[in-house]
Amino acid sequence: MSQQLMDLVEKTSMKDEIAHFEIGDTVDVHTRILEGEKERIQIFTGVVIARSGSGTREMFTVRRIVQGEGVERKFPLHSPRIAKIEVQRSGVVRRAKLYFLRDRIGKATRLKQRRTDHGK
Amino acid sequence: MTTGLLGRKVGMTQIYDDSGTVIPVTVIEAGPCHVLQVKTTERDGYEAVQLGYLDKPRRLASRSQRGHVATLESKRQRSRSTAGAPLSAKADCEPKRFIREFRGGTEGIEVGQQLGVDVFTDVKAVDVVGTSKGCGTTGAMKRHNFKGQRASHGVKKCHRHVGGIGSSAFPSRVLRGKKMAGHYGASRTTARNLKVVRIDTVNNLLLVRGAIPGPNGGYLMIRRTNKIG
Repeated sequence: MSQQLMDLVEKTSMKDEIAHFEIGDTVDVHTRILEGEKERIQIFTGVVIARSGSGTREMFTVRRIVQGEGVERKFPLHSPRIAKIEVQRSGVVRRAKLYFLRDRIGKATRLKQRRTDHGK
Repeated sequence: MTTGLLGRKVGMTQIYDDSGTVIPVTVIEAGPCHVLQVKTTERDGYEAVQLGYLDKPRRLASRSQRGHVATLESKRQRSRSTAGAPLSAKADCEPKRFIREFRGGTEGIEVGQQLGVDVFTDVKAVDVVGTSKGCGTTGAMKRHNFKGQRASHGVKKCHRHVGGIGSSAFPSRVLRGKKMAGHYGASRTTARNLKVVRIDTVNNLLLVRGAIPGPNGGYLMIRRTNKIG
């Protein structure tokens, strides 16, 4: 009973439709940024290396290399500040957390492309 | 209108506000509550509304508990009615598991009335009274936030001890009320001035910002906050 009530509350904070993406996919995350009065969209592109949590608390981690330095950003999946998530490329991976990518540099960070319907 | 309501802690979660900021919330199932008794200054010496929350099976309720919510045939009641004494109003509902009363707010309240979470519609903040989780016997560090002793520099086997508990020859005793290790938790605790985030009148849910005392499923008294400002 109480779990049903919790689900009811959490549902109000969750997005109805979330773009399907998997671990190892290269995604464009469109985030809404408020600058004073104006709102603009910033895009963060990288490889999804982890998904954690469940319900409204679900988060995902995107990793990219900027000027030779690894940058990771963690996004709340259901946040209203995330406008869109676009899958650019799907990668072949065999685990749920790709933390091994942190130890790799250069060409070794590439993942083999997976041919799927939703990946471009 | 009553100042409070009874309820149960459902659990904690987080929701997003319009700007996308995460708010940590506790979900409380507040009501529906039956009004079991209205206390008046003439009769009881003070004004209060007594509420009952959640039905208790009749087989578990004592006769006095059953008689509190509904009129039962009894010798005393028969003799009182023949003497012409007025009958006290009864809610005419099932016996209740959790019964508490709130001071004041008796205007417009009748015995037997059912109150839902909508009594908090225009309330900005509430106080929540619950029973905190029992911790059993705990040390002084956890119970009274003592510092303990150093990890090194010659401290031997008493890193989490209380330390000294008073002076020597005078007064030759430990002062009353000295904070020491002992039973901690499972006591009445009030969380004050919690912001009301959302009210769901259909499911009788009240969402407040932050944590409240007690385990999930614990019974609660929720009242309009008495904090000023």
